[in-house]
Amino acid sequence: MRDNAKPAPRVGLLVTCLVDLMRPSVGFAAVKLLEDAGCIVDVPGQTCCGQPAFNSGDRATARRLAQNIIDAFAGFDYVVVPSGSCGGTVVKHYPELFADEPGLSQKARALADKTHELVSFLTDVMGVSDVKARFDGTVTYHDSCSGLRELGIREQPRRLLQSVLGLDLVEMTDADVCCGFGGTFAVKYGEISNAIVERKADRIVESGARTIVAGDLGCLLNMAGKLSRRGSPTEVRHVAEILAGMTDAPAIGAPGETTR
Amino acid sequence: MTIHPTSAQFPANAHKALHDPQLQKAFNHVRSAFIDKRAKAAAALPEFEALRDSARDIKAHTLKHLDVYIEAYEAKVREAGGTVHFARDAAEARAAIVEICRARGARTVTKGKSMVSEEIGLNDALHAAGIEPVETDLGEYIIQLRGEVPSHIIAPAVHLTKEQVEADFRRLHLHLHPDRDLSDAQLLLTEARAILRERFLAADIGITGANFLIAETGTSVIVTNEGNGDLTQILPKVHIVLAAIDKLVPTRNDVAQLLRVLARSATGQEMSVYTTFSTGPRRAEDPDGPEEYHVILLDNGRSTMLGTEFEDMLRCIRCGACMNHCPVYQAVGGHAYGWIYPGPMGAVLTPSLIGIDKAGHLPNASTFCGRCEAVCPVRIPLPRMMRNWREKEFERHLSPAPVRNGLKLWAFFAERPALYRAATGLAMRAMALAGRTKGRFTSLPLAGGWTAWRDMPAPQGATFQAQWKARRRGHR
Repeated sequence: MRDNAKPAPRVGLLVTCLVDLMRPSVGFAAVKLLEDAGCIVDVPGQTCCGQPAFNSGDRATARRLAQNIIDAFAGFDYVVVPSGSCGGTVVKHYPELFADEPGLSQKARALADKTHELVSFLTDVMGVSDVKARFDGTVTYHDSCSGLRELGIREQPRRLLQSVLGLDLVEMTDADVCCGFGGTFAVKYGEISNAIVERKADRIVESGARTIVAGDLGCLLNMAGKLSRRGSPTEVRHVAEILAGMTDAPAIGAPGETTR
Repeated sequence: MTIHPTSAQFPANAHKALHDPQLQKAFNHVRSAFIDKRAKAAAALPEFEALRDSARDIKAHTLKHLDVYIEAYEAKVREAGGTVHFARDAAEARAAIVEICRARGARTVTKGKSMVSEEIGLNDALHAAGIEPVETDLGEYIIQLRGEVPSHIIAPAVHLTKEQVEADFRRLHLHLHPDRDLSDAQLLLTEARAILRERFLAADIGITGANFLIAETGTSVIVTNEGNGDLTQILPKVHIVLAAIDKLVPTRNDVAQLLRVLARSATGQEMSVYTTFSTGPRRAEDPDGPEEYHVILLDNGRSTMLGTEFEDMLRCIRCGACMNHCPVYQAVGGHAYGWIYPGPMGAVLTPSLIGIDKAGHLPNASTFCGRCEAVCPVRIPLPRMMRNWREKEFERHLSPAPVRNGLKLWAFFAERPALYRAATGLAMRAMALAGRTKGRFTSLPLAGGWTAWRDMPAPQGATFQAQWKARRRGHR
């Protein structure tokens, strides 16, 4: 844990569109984890990081959206994102997006340097080695591609999951293979995306885990949508929900109450 | 005469592949055949990652000074008694080869595996000139029997099952006993080998590709696992090397380094079984070798990639690791990509060679999972270049209207935060209410591309930002 002599870092939560709109409970789980680790958390007004535009070849729109994010988060010590994909966009692609504009490039670089994906921020920056949470059951972890390959997140979530009381972590085959989501790919090439997520669903079921977790809501919506279409009882959750011990909300795609 | 690209029909091609039970069965082997073996080979060599850096640097350096190395190479080939024929495009390359065949009165030519030969449509040109081409790589031989093109750059018949090959052999090798035992891959290999032996001995000319062309010595290098390349280039009186300009490397030392990452990345072997260096025709003191040695050095659009964001693609050493590790390639196979080069490397190279207007789907048909770049032995930033192609498409208004409009609508709201929060707040509440009982939607207007295949989980209700604001107010 942190050295108490140092002032608590001010962390801006880049909540991501999908968490903001589809599953706010992940955002609150992230806030709890960050506060438990000794951070002061705030959520500046924000929209999209620009990744869908960037990956669709629309650099102009991507830049405008990126600039809003750069401005919104300028005053924080750190920016934390409950997503390897949106995190990867800020860390790896913002500097590239403004490479030919010296002033903005510096700002983009500065933001990239202080931005982290949630779980790796907890372990690598805040020195968190265990969490005070309980979750009874077998869980398997899916490595979302951008988190794994752009940000090098692999051991961190597994380590923290293993510290959850009652949780039995099992590895599925091909945990590091894409689930077929790929943002707009899932809709533009729905049939291929489906073929890929069918295989992923097979591997999840074979693992015997009752719950599958990952660090990216896009992948989770894809896998949850496939598993529920199959009538599978496997629960799907964001890793932050488990680590924060906030699993009261129904799992992704499961029936339940709405928040007004 | 070159193969007509069907890349524009990628979704239809993919649909067909996904419903081809033989192809799907054949692809079950890819994991054990390629992925696990590469991982093991890479892990067994402590300096593998350093070698990848060095391989990248060798190729990048060569590309920066390609003109110098091409000139040096040509001079060395000439010194060794060979001839370099420069071909600007496919037509010039075909014409040069047909011309050499005609001058020697060739009736049959044997061929080692060459993707460039597929790229220029050489076999059709040879047939048209009354010359019979015989593919001697087993996979390529099978593909030729079936009248197909390779579906993989190093394993041309990877999309076929053993049973399909057996059926082809029974259908076409009619001089052999109909009841012979072909139940085993080894028996299929033995049969093909016996047939090919005859063809090797009868060939007038041998044509091979090249894995590398060495500037300091004028040497061409091929690697094979079957030895067919050696028989192709040593037995006939004429050896033609058909290779593109991106095969140049400065020195033998450079080749030695590149070979260390090539086979490991491709098949997980430390080295391919045969690595053959050829420099010019047979010298007086040589026990064997061809009387004539020709190199057809093809450009076909590659030089236009130099100095652009696509230059790095020319580092490719054609190991196939990117396609072996690609979830999209694994799902649909190589033919769906609709031209010669499939998978991630094809998604970047094909638009460069045939135009983005004809190959627009390819750089889009990727989840950007990044596994291709993670395994590329020369560290080609494949996802970055696919994105670059998407940018070019977007600039030229080639991307499909529904995608453009959907993004425009999204961007309109995302650039107006107050409006965004109001609109998404309402929409999410409405969707949450509608989806509350089931927790998911089995169909949704405007999201058919998603819900045709999987459910859409329902949102929880009020957005995070709305709840956060309310919580903040409550605290005050």
